Amino acid sequence: MKRARILFNKETLNVTINNDGKVVTEKGTALEEGSFTWLPPCEGKAFVLAINYADHAAELSFKAPDEPLVFLKSSNTLIGHNQKTYQPDNIDFMHYECELVVVIGKEAKNVALEDAMDYVGGYTVGNDYAIRDYLENYYRPNLRVKSRDTCTPIGPYIIDAAEVPDPHNLGIRTYINGELKQEGSTKDLIFDVPYLVSYLSNIMTLTPGDMIFTGTPEGLAHVYPGDEVIVEVEGVGILKNTIISETDYLNSL
Amino acid sequence: MLHYKTRKNDQVINLQAKAPFEVALEGGLLPAVNGAVIGVALNDKILYQSLEKKFNEKPHISPPKTPVLHIKTDNTHIGYGDAIRIPSDMGAVFAGPSLGIVIGKKACRVTEETALDYVQGYTIVNEVSLAEASFYRPAVKAKCRDTFCPIGPWVMDATDLDSPQNLAIKTYINDTLCHETSSNQMIHSIEQVIAYISSFITLEVGDMIIAGTPLRTENLEINTGDVVVVDIEKIGRLVNPVVAE
Repeated sequence: MKRARILFNKETLNVTINNDGKVVTEKGTALEEGSFTWLPPCEGKAFVLAINYADHAAELSFKAPDEPLVFLKSSNTLIGHNQKTYQPDNIDFMHYECELVVVIGKEAKNVALEDAMDYVGGYTVGNDYAIRDYLENYYRPNLRVKSRDTCTPIGPYIIDAAEVPDPHNLGIRTYINGELKQEGSTKDLIFDVPYLVSYLSNIMTLTPGDMIFTGTPEGLAHVYPGDEVIVEVEGVGILKNTIISETDYLNSL
Repeated sequence: MLHYKTRKNDQVINLQAKAPFEVALEGGLLPAVNGAVIGVALNDKILYQSLEKKFNEKPHISPPKTPVLHIKTDNTHIGYGDAIRIPSDMGAVFAGPSLGIVIGKKACRVTEETALDYVQGYTIVNEVSLAEASFYRPAVKAKCRDTFCPIGPWVMDATDLDSPQNLAIKTYINDTLCHETSSNQMIHSIEQVIAYISSFITLEVGDMIIAGTPLRTENLEINTGDVVVVDIEKIGRLVNPVVAE
């Protein structure tokens, strides 16, 4: 099952995606793409892993961490599929980051490693944009880099965990204007899905809808206003978004 | 006016009172706010001075250019009277007395001059934390444990409080006054903090900013069996017992 949330006629609806990729309402009506707005498919705490792929760590000149390096995003930053992310003026390093996102399915506290997968409800795709110009060495990566309005597309939908038999062997790809720019595989995760669920649940209670962005492999590049950015996690989904300028963003408010 | 929340038959009830004595505190309350909670770290003068030298060394290299923010996730939020549950094997745990700034109107890119127009009111926060050994990496493990953010008992309307930037903040552990500070110790003012955050995070109604916690000395250490009170002049007292996790 693939589940999503959309805005349709000013109402938030829980919908499913059928085998033809069409959005279907709870009443069974199939909706045409363009007649609704995609929302983030879940609501909850948003955890993100920094440097969780060895190749990406090398790319950023970091040594791989001894324990998961986790930061948080506030809900303001999440947007759905097919939306716009604004680029602030006067910056040089706005990087996409294609990530497998784990969605928690049931309350998890002090979960053992061997039981951890039972708490995974499903998966979705995230694009964890960073404005690296704003990096500071305090609670790094700081919120100004990572938790900005419109800066974290997620979706389009959640696919049930049962339909992703091996989350540790999924291709990760980013395309800018159709050109493949980033390619990796979740088999290279430093801390894998059960480890992250268990680790976080030993710090705090995880609840359904909480998201774990598992990190991104190497392949950074700057994006520009007008770019169409597609991030794909094989077998999970394809998430599209467009970069707009700060001026266009302000005009849209 | 004081705004507070309680629960009845699994429903959240929003209540108002004109004066503290009208509020029944015995049964405990829900956290006084239910939006996102963002804290401003290193926003206390004494704390900042104590670290200033380190800011020029690795891994920081240079002092912070902008206010340092962190997120207190919703699993940390508890109300007046709820127990703070502390782990026994993670070292010392500290209270973090602070003024809470509650947003009353959606705030996107507001200026310092207009920032206070977006404040509904103020509340009391105890931003509990493990020892802050480092400010280099996000403090999820130290700050986001369940029950580590009592908020309440109520939100006092900004119109009832004429000097939020100059309120005495006292912490009592087991009825002994153990720490005193004031909201005049903030490095970045209430207006500056709102303007900065809203420059890239749209603040929604009910979101709250933890204005700044002081240097966590052993005076603020809390242990199982303690009762912690954070008292902010004119606003009220936030009381929470401490139990083992």
